[in-house]
Amino acid sequence: MNVIVEREKGLTELEARIGQLRERGTSGGEMLALEQKVEALRRDLFGTLSAWERVNMARHPKRPIASDYLAALDAFDELHGDRHFRDDPALVGGFAKLRGRNVMVLSQQKGRDTKENIRRNFGMVSPEGYRKASRLMDLAARFHLPIVSFVDTSGADPGIGSEERAQSEAIAGCLMTLTRVAVPVVAAIVGEGGSGGALAIALADHVIMAENAVYSVASPEGCAAILWGDAARAPEAAEHLKLTSNDLLGFGIVDEIAPEPLGGAHRDSAPFIQRVLDGIERALSRLAALPAAELLDTRYRKYRRIGSWRGKGPVRAGGLA
Amino acid sequence: MPVPEWLRKRREKDVTADDASLWQKCPRCSEMLYRKDLVANLWVCSRCGHHIRMHAYDRVNTLVDGDFVEIGADILPGDPLGWADKRPYPQKLKRDREKSKLSEAVVTGFGTLDGFPVALGVMDFNFRGGTMGTVVGERITNLLEEGRRRRLPCIIFTASGGARMEEGMLALMQMAKTTLALQRFKAEGNLYIAVLTDPTTGGVSASFGFAADLILAEARAAIGFAGRRVIEQTIRQKLPENFQTAEFLLEKGHIDMVLDRRELRPALVRLLDYAVGRQRVAPLKAVPELAVP
Ligand SMILES: [Zn+2]
Repeated sequence: MNVIVEREKGLTELEARIGQLRERGTSGGEMLALEQKVEALRRDLFGTLSAWERVNMARHPKRPIASDYLAALDAFDELHGDRHFRDDPALVGGFAKLRGRNVMVLSQQKGRDTKENIRRNFGMVSPEGYRKASRLMDLAARFHLPIVSFVDTSGADPGIGSEERAQSEAIAGCLMTLTRVAVPVVAAIVGEGGSGGALAIALADHVIMAENAVYSVASPEGCAAILWGDAARAPEAAEHLKLTSNDLLGFGIVDEIAPEPLGGAHRDSAPFIQRVLDGIERALSRLAALPAAELLDTRYRKYRRIGSWRGKGPVRAGGLA
Repeated sequence: MPVPEWLRKRREKDVTADDASLWQKCPRCSEMLYRKDLVANLWVCSRCGHHIRMHAYDRVNTLVDGDFVEIGADILPGDPLGWADKRPYPQKLKRDREKSKLSEAVVTGFGTLDGFPVALGVMDFNFRGGTMGTVVGERITNLLEEGRRRRLPCIIFTASGGARMEEGMLALMQMAKTTLALQRFKAEGNLYIAVLTDPTTGGVSASFGFAADLILAEARAAIGFAGRRVIEQTIRQKLPENFQTAEFLLEKGHIDMVLDRRELRPALVRLLDYAVGRQRVAPLKAVPELAVP
């Protein structure tokens, strides 16, 4: 059960009634009062969201998914396969034109309905998906194309087959590739950023995070199960994990937040998607000016200082060294 | 080969010996083992061959020729998330420090193996389940950077339950940080060997665990990305006994060798000889002014 979907039910009824009244030609004071009431309700319901509510926002069934972002690009030509085992439909990648700029796009693709979710493995990427990503990153670097990734996964696939085909090696391989490609890398965390499975395509020079996306070391359910042996305590774990866009901006883990419409990206998705693309475009323009050596050095230093430890100096926290 | 000047300082001795009882029970076959014999047998059960998890300093002391210079010991954890559930995170750290006699989940430094100078990292499951927080990430990164500066081969023994929950995303980012350091280390032609010990999973497995030139594993060690319980819950069935063992991974082609712990050191020396060569380590003596803390 999604707490945001539940909360929307009452609101949807009111909104439908306003629509009906408007069709009937109702206007003036009555209409205005009703509209103000709805607006107040929206603010009341969505004005301030807890971490757990944001987790539900990130998992909302109507939230824009990778394919919605890909559809908003000028052009996209999908490239398939890892050249070894199979094509992983949970990881979609290929050449694209983003505001006239040639790029390589990588994305984690959830499905819109059950049937597609099963085909896409709910956006959980298998080793062959990461190997495809790694292959496409190298290809991008060879032809000097920036890499743009859209992150939306609850985590890497935890199945038998994935273990048999070395999920660890596949993720480590992706990370290794991203450490050395001498082209700009921009990642957009648009839905769920689930642990290492998300990071594998998000080690980037610039990271944009949607306001209500979450990015976490473990799913709140997984964290609660590990620490307290009780997955039902996920809402509590979500608060502890500091997984919201604001938290992560403070830690220096994300560089920019893309603000969402009140009530979430799905309530007015087209302009929101353009806003994310705006951010990517700005980052690409800025990064394109950097010489390759400086780009790699900046990437190294960016991650080098993330953490919180006491060393020779005072406590260094949240990348604010 | 003479030991380089900067290595002439020994750090710790068998730290677990002081309070250890005379006998220890094998966790697998329950045999009571005489501690002195157990130590002599590198904590391998003489009855069933079970590899008992080793303390990081015991591991260091049984590997290096004599001297070990620890670095990064002054890198200590903070509490970035202000985490408190049943106990505040700093209290958990304090308890683990006392219990494990370690300042964090990894020990890093320099030593020689049969004369080969190496940068050595050893993780320990006794400290917060060997989880990688920012201190583990920083110490590993520091080791790789210092090793790179000295053009030393690097050997890391992994033992980890994954990323440390109590440090949240800062812990996850250590995968990126260590991989960046490792990439630079390897790009300059330095050898990196990972030795996967029981258990190695999650963020450690999917970063410096599997991004090695050579991957060795101790016999019967549990190794994987997802934990066994997570997979069983996902597929709703029991996994076969040998799933995610070192032997299983060898069969699937993920790792180079599975070794009995007692054969590990000689194997490492042979690999160093093949990849680095005795003559090629000699110029190391010429490295001037090594500022080892
Ligand atoms: Zn035994």
